[in-house]
Amino acid sequence: MSLMKSLLAGAALTGLTAGAALADPALIYDLGGKFDKSFNEAAYTGAARWVEETGGTYRELEMQSEAQREQALRRLAESGSNPIVMTGFAFGDVLTQVAGDYPDTKFAIIDMVVEAPNVQSVVFTEEQGSYLAGIMAGMASDSGTVGFIGGMDIPLIHKFECGFAQGFKSVQPEGSVLINYTGTTPAAWNDPVRGGELTRAQISQGADVIYAAAGGTGIGILQTAADEGILSIGVDSNQNALHPGQVLTSMVKRVDNAVYEAFVAGADLEPGIRVMDLAAEGVDVAVDESNADLVTAEMQAAVDEAKAGIASGEVAVHDYMTDNTCPAS
Amino acid sequence: MDKMPKWADVILTPLISLILAMGISALVILAIGESPWMALTTMVEGALGSSYGWGFTLYYATNFVFTGLAVMVAYHASLFNIGGEGQAAMGGLGVALVLLYLPLPHWAIALPVAMVGAAAFGAAWAFLPAFLQAKRGSHIVITTIMFNFIAAALLNYVLVNQLRPVGSMDPASARFPEATNLPALTDIAAAMGFDWGRNSPVNVTFLVALAACFLIWVLIWRTRLGYQIRAFGRSEPGAVYAGINPVTITVIAMLISGGLAGMMAINNVMGEAERLVLNAVEGAGFIGIAVALMGRNHPLGILLAALLFGFLYQGGGELALWTSIPRELIIVIQALVILFTGALDNMVRMPLERLFLTMRRTSRGAVK
Repeated sequence: MSLMKSLLAGAALTGLTAGAALADPALIYDLGGKFDKSFNEAAYTGAARWVEETGGTYRELEMQSEAQREQALRRLAESGSNPIVMTGFAFGDVLTQVAGDYPDTKFAIIDMVVEAPNVQSVVFTEEQGSYLAGIMAGMASDSGTVGFIGGMDIPLIHKFECGFAQGFKSVQPEGSVLINYTGTTPAAWNDPVRGGELTRAQISQGADVIYAAAGGTGIGILQTAADEGILSIGVDSNQNALHPGQVLTSMVKRVDNAVYEAFVAGADLEPGIRVMDLAAEGVDVAVDESNADLVTAEMQAAVDEAKAGIASGEVAVHDYMTDNTCPAS
Repeated sequence: MDKMPKWADVILTPLISLILAMGISALVILAIGESPWMALTTMVEGALGSSYGWGFTLYYATNFVFTGLAVMVAYHASLFNIGGEGQAAMGGLGVALVLLYLPLPHWAIALPVAMVGAAAFGAAWAFLPAFLQAKRGSHIVITTIMFNFIAAALLNYVLVNQLRPVGSMDPASARFPEATNLPALTDIAAAMGFDWGRNSPVNVTFLVALAACFLIWVLIWRTRLGYQIRAFGRSEPGAVYAGINPVTITVIAMLISGGLAGMMAINNVMGEAERLVLNAVEGAGFIGIAVALMGRNHPLGILLAALLFGFLYQGGGELALWTSIPRELIIVIQALVILFTGALDNMVRMPLERLFLTMRRTSRGAVK
């Protein structure tokens, strides 16, 4: 009897909240946390821009554990949030199972493809942006050796690495790319001290431009590179201003745009795969007043040429994810 | 004569520690401008207020029972196994390999086979540290914690390079065959005709965990091997004098310990995720230490402590999900509970003992 009662009360409560929160969008951050100075924070920036422009409200959740993913998705869907945007490939498997149960709710997942009639899968062509960063590194490097420091050793970051190596080799075919990963656990995303040590190790091997694709760890990489007087390349957000004149460029990945556009679309979110490539301004190399002195006219020309080449299909940047191999390394 | 009655030792002390921890947590929550009462009700409501919440609480508790028992068995041999994290991760690998590569037609067959796989991999991961401790005196605390990192690296390599389906972004194995999926307790409840804990991850492993508690109690206090483990733990020279081989006992105790930690994978890998993900253990190996300490290294105490931590995990998760209290604060609350019930145990125990002594004296005086 009392079980029945609490069930009914629960159902009534759900109905109530569904009415109140009708069609507010929702955003779920992955385990890295909202303020990771990188990927999740970019999503937050996009949502914040939406709030600023529309004055709307949205719900946001930060994951605590793997088992919560499904819980969070179901609870948001049941409470009427629409669309529900989630950052990170780790949601892919859960979303595949959950999406079908809520056909009237739209979902957007970033960095992963989920085939379902009510899911928009947003993927970025990180290899293209990294390719451009590689070209710039190749032109800026005097020693012929550049470095790549990844965060956690997962396929996604190999995609960055492979694009970067291809871009660099297109300028300096005989040059070499030093590759290090910070670690094999999620802690690798947030270990600036180890990032700094790896930077020093790569400098001692001759690297004079280092690309940091390591989330919060990158702060330490950029700092050490600036201290040691070499150039660095930031990632995800525009990090040029962290050390003006010492960060060659940043490979920006506009997660904020993806979130913003999903929020703007609201319940009319277009399902299917959305490729955020150079043309869609999903990825790019950032040039602003902080690095204007570092980017020479030839460099800019080479980047523009490569962009045009990629757009026309003349330059094919290999995507590591397609076959788990990289031709450039 | 005991300084205070057993019930005070087992129940009152942890309870007072818990209340103290909650009091300080309340102050911290007040300091960031939130209502502690709201926080408490959210936690209780989220973890225990519905069968759904219970489903999550029991799921987390199942993990902690296994890792807690693992720490306990080693502790009775006076070995401090802090490698539960790595052993549980390897247990997950064992489960995944068994389920992916052996054709198992039904979960009732898959469960015991996967249990063997999990325990074997977990135990294997504990073997080398145990052997080094027994033969070379390399301290088990150092070696087991280092093995955690090796396990993380190995798992990463295997998942990214071997088990990951091509084209998948996620460093995770393929899904296990449908037939081997463990029934959730909610399915069992549904079969019996009532609605309990829909969409919650607790599964039959919870029953396995209860059985494990009982079996470990039998092992430690009712068998010859358990006696040897305890004798060795109390005094190594005494045990050697009694004809107990210290090398064998060290290795056996650690194998059982590692096997238990590995068995956790039945719950999180086989029961919940139904595939092997990189981050499957999520610190349960370390929580196991707190659970064992708080449970006074007794299976019943471990079960209760695991339930408490299950509550903290699920309640804390709810708190972070549905209120504006940042998730870092949940870690503060959990840490305070561990601090008070584990590390600062004597702070509560000693005044309590004194209190009971004076009470006893005065009551005796009154009788006279």
